Amino acid sequence: MKALSIRNLTKTYHGTVHALKGIDLDVEEGEFFALLGPNGAGKTTAIGVIASLVNKTAGHVEVFGHDIDHEFPLAKSCLGLVPQEINFNQFEKIEDICINQAGFYGIPRRVAKQRAEKYLKQLSLWDKRREISRNLSGGMKRRLMIARALMHEPRLLILDEPTAGVDIEIRRSMWTFLRQINAEGVTIILTTHYLEEAETLCRRIAIIDHGKIVEDSSTKALLAKLKSETFVFNLREPLAAPPRLNGYAATQVDDTTLEIEISKDQDVNGIFAMLSEQGIRVLSMRNKANRLEELFIRMTERKPNE
Amino acid sequence: MSSEGIYTWRDSLVGFQTLATKEVQRVLRIWVQTIVPPAIQMTLYFIIFGSLIGKRVGQMGGYSYMEYLAPGLIMMSVVMNSYTNSVSSFFGAKFGRHIEELLVSPLPNVLILLGYVAGSVCRGLLVGVLVAAIATVFTHLPLTHPFIMVTVVLLTSTVFALGGIINAIFAQKFDDVTIIPTFVLTPLIYLGGVFYSIKLLSPTWQMASKVDPILYMVNAFRYGFLGVSDISIGIAYGIICTFIVVLFGVALYLLNKGVGLRS
Repeated sequence: MKALSIRNLTKTYHGTVHALKGIDLDVEEGEFFALLGPNGAGKTTAIGVIASLVNKTAGHVEVFGHDIDHEFPLAKSCLGLVPQEINFNQFEKIEDICINQAGFYGIPRRVAKQRAEKYLKQLSLWDKRREISRNLSGGMKRRLMIARALMHEPRLLILDEPTAGVDIEIRRSMWTFLRQINAEGVTIILTTHYLEEAETLCRRIAIIDHGKIVEDSSTKALLAKLKSETFVFNLREPLAAPPRLNGYAATQVDDTTLEIEISKDQDVNGIFAMLSEQGIRVLSMRNKANRLEELFIRMTERKPNE
Repeated sequence: MSSEGIYTWRDSLVGFQTLATKEVQRVLRIWVQTIVPPAIQMTLYFIIFGSLIGKRVGQMGGYSYMEYLAPGLIMMSVVMNSYTNSVSSFFGAKFGRHIEELLVSPLPNVLILLGYVAGSVCRGLLVGVLVAAIATVFTHLPLTHPFIMVTVVLLTSTVFALGGIINAIFAQKFDDVTIIPTFVLTPLIYLGGVFYSIKLLSPTWQMASKVDPILYMVNAFRYGFLGVSDISIGIAYGIICTFIVVLFGVALYLLNKGVGLRS
């Protein structure tokens, strides 16, 4: 079953700004899906339309088969949203924010209290439950929005840059949590600027640019499109002269660092063999950029007149 | 939600109850801002206009000026607090973006509207009861037609709660939520027979006063207490109910369209 189905979704602001230019998108139930794109590409607008925060200009959106226009209570009941901006009452207590949100979905207070305990514990916020939400740190506020979005136990969870501005430790604990709820059956759609995050978590990726979907495939298939990768070699001793690396595009960055581009039909073994022959010993090697990041930049690169 | 994941009318009811309770709790949580100032303000009105100046005014409508003034001041505080509550709470939710908690939920717009109205009516009535209690310290307050008094105050509070929500829907900045209470409501209240009977005015000004809808609300409310009124109670009910129907329709239309809420 499709968790989300979007057809010809269009959004024009003030009659002139075309934020979405007729996008089509399908997300299958149980998927961990990434929606990527540069700033202003249309990600947040698309999410806004799905979550009823933005009026669409044209098109059709279904959440688990329920039309968001004609079956809105059912569509909304299936959907949980973690927005990009903090949008809870900063003067309310953490526990109250969660319990009230559950109430808006028709969940009785007794059940809401149990769920608040469950999700606030899972997101390490239970000790803070009686605190005013504005006193929380940035990372805690993000986790509170995740807990709040889960209170009605949605089948589809949309997270708009949930890890923006949080430290690496919290980010990784959030990844673990999201993997866990995905394994429990919740379909997840994630937007992020951390492409490592998308590559690590998501099995499918769509890239949106200038209001259009420019790529929509499995993470594996997408990464296979990379024609070449650049590796950085750190050398043990300084180079006396530039090494001879026939067939490879190499750049000497400094005395002990080489950048070598390796195309899909080449391998790293050949480089090691040539360096060994010339008495050059490699201390360490790393990918210059995240693979998805390279691909993303190539796909969304702006032309000079854009 | 039901076990089948279907959103039923019972769920809607839980949603409405949650919102209304949240709004009432907000009023009680910030009681220093919501309850205390009108109580102090009205006490001063009773002392200055009722006790000091009122003694020199003599009788009005067959009652002492203090007795005549009390229902007007109660209604004035109900009107102002019902309006202020809904405009500030709804605009605050919009400004802080936590209105989105409601917009993403399946709670129907009609119940979102009623939830905010319930909170504002509650504040209006709470302040009204408090001012009535203060009034009894200064004067005897007869209750001639309790049913009329209760229904008029309830309906009037609803009118201004709805008005406040419409104001908040259009408001873009904090200044926008103070313009109507300052430049429209206050003059209408002061000229709406709170402090005097329009029979004291010339026929021309009497006619002009009858354009002011608050005149009908204040007089109908006063009739509930004292049994005297400058206008027909039937017309007053008609005007109040018409305002409720029109304002409710406008507010619901704006919510459904997402004016000021959805881009």
